[in-house]
Amino acid sequence: MDARTEEERFNAIIDDDEKIEPRDWMPEAYRKTVIRQMAQHAHSEVIGMQPEANWIARAPTLLRKAILIAKVQDEAGHGLYLYSATETLGVSRGELQELLHTGKQKYSSIFNYPTLSWADIGAIGWLVDGAAIVNQIVLQGTSYGPYARAMVKICKEESFHARQGYSIMMTLADGSDSQKAMCQDAIDRWWWPSLMMFGPHDSESAHTAESMSWKIKRKTNDELRQMFVDQTVPQARYLGMTIPDPDLEFDEESGHWKIGEIDWEEFWSTIRGDGRLNRERIAHKVKAWEDGAWVREAATAYAVKHGMKLDKSA
Amino acid sequence: MSYDVPVAPGDTPAEVQFGGGVDHGFPLWEVFVRAKRGLSHTHVGSIHASDAETAIQNARDGYTRRAEGVSVWVVPSKEIVASDDAESMFEPFEHKPYRHPTFYDIPKEVGQL
Repeated sequence: MDARTEEERFNAIIDDDEKIEPRDWMPEAYRKTVIRQMAQHAHSEVIGMQPEANWIARAPTLLRKAILIAKVQDEAGHGLYLYSATETLGVSRGELQELLHTGKQKYSSIFNYPTLSWADIGAIGWLVDGAAIVNQIVLQGTSYGPYARAMVKICKEESFHARQGYSIMMTLADGSDSQKAMCQDAIDRWWWPSLMMFGPHDSESAHTAESMSWKIKRKTNDELRQMFVDQTVPQARYLGMTIPDPDLEFDEESGHWKIGEIDWEEFWSTIRGDGRLNRERIAHKVKAWEDGAWVREAATAYAVKHGMKLDKSA
Repeated sequence: MSYDVPVAPGDTPAEVQFGGGVDHGFPLWEVFVRAKRGLSHTHVGSIHASDAETAIQNARDGYTRRAEGVSVWVVPSKEIVASDDAESMFEPFEHKPYRHPTFYDIPKEVGQL
């Protein structure tokens, strides 16, 4: 007979590095944190389709266009895996979408920056997806089972995203002077926002300690950011491009690249909703949902007509 | 990083009560994929769809974009019956080590057994 309390059992699962599964007892704060993090991760994947879809019709070759379509489709898929994982905790898809549309839940602020040139598509794949991979590889070890499993599947696909982005950058870096300038310009605009993706410094991060002890997060914001910087600086050098940070230098002692200070004012202002595209991104998402109403109605009518309609409570 | 988007200084996060909303969307289906011939279908996640046929199509698009499978099952989520996962449900088996072959010490001379 199990003499342990539910909380003791929960703590033992966490201590043993095992996974918490949907029907397990869990502290309310754990449940809320996991829902919030998974939902915002899902929202980020979905909103993240917009800056890239912006270039599908203007891709420079048919192959690049096909690749970009496949990548944007993957982002929709990643949103699906994450919403699916979030729904295991009894939250409905409609509810999550409503929270996104009304701004009660946010998405990664990186997607509030515009994609001004084709090189931005390269920079997003290489830097933004590169940063996401660093985070997501570590999140494969997160303590909530469905979240960890979604990360495993996403990581397999993200590698394609980063490599196709770097491939675009290599082509531009090997091109004419104006193509080289375009490549550098994209790096200049995406470098700092990519570093901001990892969130505030550990000392400023309100939830870090609790999320670490519950093993929802496995590494801190600053640790992850450093991993990203260390792997990315040599890649920029290979391209023959410059990282827009005059303070960037290699620290022989620690073996890490040291970066200058991040403009946190810009970071917080984007999170508050004053980024360049916050309103436009949400307006576009809401419009897409409303414009698709007739498709959903038609699908439901078809199911009803053919006697296939299931109870909505399913 | 922070997909756990931090709250900006001076901002008050919206108080969100989960699980209270009504979902006006399509029913939920659990998706199972057979990775290749000879293997069982394995649960991979869930999907929303208006009917079974659409659920299969959505599952294919959502979960097998890179040839992850050769066959897909979808099951209405509400039809899944799950065990009570309390430890006591599976505990009795831990006290029956004699069910495992390694319980028995067999001399080497006996050979393959």
